[in-house]
Amino acid sequence: MSKAKNNASPAKRKCGPRLMDRLRPYLMIAPCIAFLVVFTLYPVVNMIYLSFFEYDLLTPKKFVGLNNYYRLFFVNVDFWEAFKHTFYYTVAEVVLLITLGLLLAMWVRKSTFLNAIAQRVMFLPHLVAMLTVAYVFQWLMDDRSGLFNAVLNFFHLPGLNWLNSSKTALMSVVIVSIWKNVGYYALILLSSLKAIPAEIYEAADLDDARPLLKFFKITVPMLSPQIFFLLVTITMGSFKVFESIRVLTGGGPGSSTDVLVYYIYRYAISNMKYGYACAAGTILFVILMVFMVVYFRLPGKRVHYQ
Amino acid sequence: MKSKTYYRIRRKIIWVIDSILKIGVCIFLAFPFYWMLTTSFKTYTESILFPPTLIPRVFTLEGYRTVFEGLDLGMYLKNSLIILFWIILIQMIVMVPAAYGFSKCEFKGRGLLFGFVTVAFMVPSQVTFVTTFLMFSKMKLIKTLIPQIIPFGANAFGIFLLRQNFMQIPDEMLEAARLDEASELQIMLKIMLPMAKSSLVTIALLSFMSHWNSYFWPLVMTTSDSVRPLTMAIDKLKHLDFGFVWPTIMAGNVLMVLPVVILFLIGSKRIIAAMAYRGIK
Repeated sequence: MSKAKNNASPAKRKCGPRLMDRLRPYLMIAPCIAFLVVFTLYPVVNMIYLSFFEYDLLTPKKFVGLNNYYRLFFVNVDFWEAFKHTFYYTVAEVVLLITLGLLLAMWVRKSTFLNAIAQRVMFLPHLVAMLTVAYVFQWLMDDRSGLFNAVLNFFHLPGLNWLNSSKTALMSVVIVSIWKNVGYYALILLSSLKAIPAEIYEAADLDDARPLLKFFKITVPMLSPQIFFLLVTITMGSFKVFESIRVLTGGGPGSSTDVLVYYIYRYAISNMKYGYACAAGTILFVILMVFMVVYFRLPGKRVHYQ
Repeated sequence: MKSKTYYRIRRKIIWVIDSILKIGVCIFLAFPFYWMLTTSFKTYTESILFPPTLIPRVFTLEGYRTVFEGLDLGMYLKNSLIILFWIILIQMIVMVPAAYGFSKCEFKGRGLLFGFVTVAFMVPSQVTFVTTFLMFSKMKLIKTLIPQIIPFGANAFGIFLLRQNFMQIPDEMLEAARLDEASELQIMLKIMLPMAKSSLVTIALLSFMSHWNSYFWPLVMTTSDSVRPLTMAIDKLKHLDFGFVWPTIMAGNVLMVLPVVILFLIGSKRIIAAMAYRGIK
């Protein structure tokens, strides 16, 4: 059977008949597979395994069954807090990034001089380290001498406590992330926007369709695979938010910005409760897996990787 | 019946408002960069003035001096560059044959293995870091640069981009080379690679930027300063003095951002195209 196949595609013959030739493709991809097995598959399997143990690297690990999970869900209320904040953060990110991204993309769609500049500028925040962005915004949002409060005062509005109040801290983190990412997502949407055939709009123009109607009846449906894709990507990205939280608020004030990854980080790195951290990590992994399944079932996505 | 001039004026007004708004958005997006730069040149007393000054009254390099004196920048920079060098080198060595194998060879289980690669790449480091840390600390490697290098040996985006690139090379070219008794290695290095040069540059560029900026991984994978990269040094600036001395912190961040912005100015077209591609795939 393999012979027939080889005859059918002569270029691929070399990868077939002799022993060395048959082994070669496997050797080619072996390093890549090996890296993934050692640094992705093994850590995940080991994490699930360790989640049933009490383990601190110093003393021998102790099997505790589902106790870690029991404590996560029913004893320590802080896990639900972290989960809740992650969820709020994710919803805000998804709604704001997609809405604003879409509006921005529509807005700078035509090729004019100003739009070309805008597109470059939109991309700039995406290049910079989250660490830097977080420090600059921490400075802008400083409640005593930060620029944001100076602007509010200028308009005779009371200043906000931004990162220092449990009411506004999570919102402030969202603002920072929006600033950093909105241009990037707008550019992704823009490239699909440009792929919509102009004839569709021309036909709508002939019918004197109003702009808003064109937007909801043509643009949104045509972009829907893309939007759905961004929905999944942004959700997955938001569930693993960490760097901005760590620099901007450190989970506080109180625990008002504690999120899942920060929670895992605290228990693993700071408290050395590795088994417990692994249980929390397993929960995060399961959540991400659900979105991964959705991701691979996306319409219009499957074509890319056969 | 409204006249032609009415419409012309109306369009003009809309254009002006539109342009002003666009400039406004650009300023909103670019302003934090400006703020970082100007704050880095301010004196400490001026930086905490309220309301703040938009342009520094006194230009001073005090912030930069504190950064250079307070931190062993050379060591951190060296760590960053060593890490980047090895990551990019290993990624290239792993990526090229893998992309070749997945694009131009047929073998049993190719679909399955490629599926594994795709799924594995979607597991983020935020999930794997605890057990990876345990693995490296058991191997007593935490005090070396290795934990910051080898976990990144396989580069997802690189393999996908390169594979796409290789698939566009016609099979006839490879066949012709094989008739000339060229070995598979020669084909890969002498025919495939030169045609994918531009992709390789893009991949290296993006890899550089993402690992130059990385903060999470070094934070969880290191326990001593001697192996920490530049991002971790910047993170230490806030402890350099009592409280937050903004000019110093901003000066450090300017130094961090500079190489990335320069790279972007050189290759902005290439980078935007590649990032958009990465976003879509």
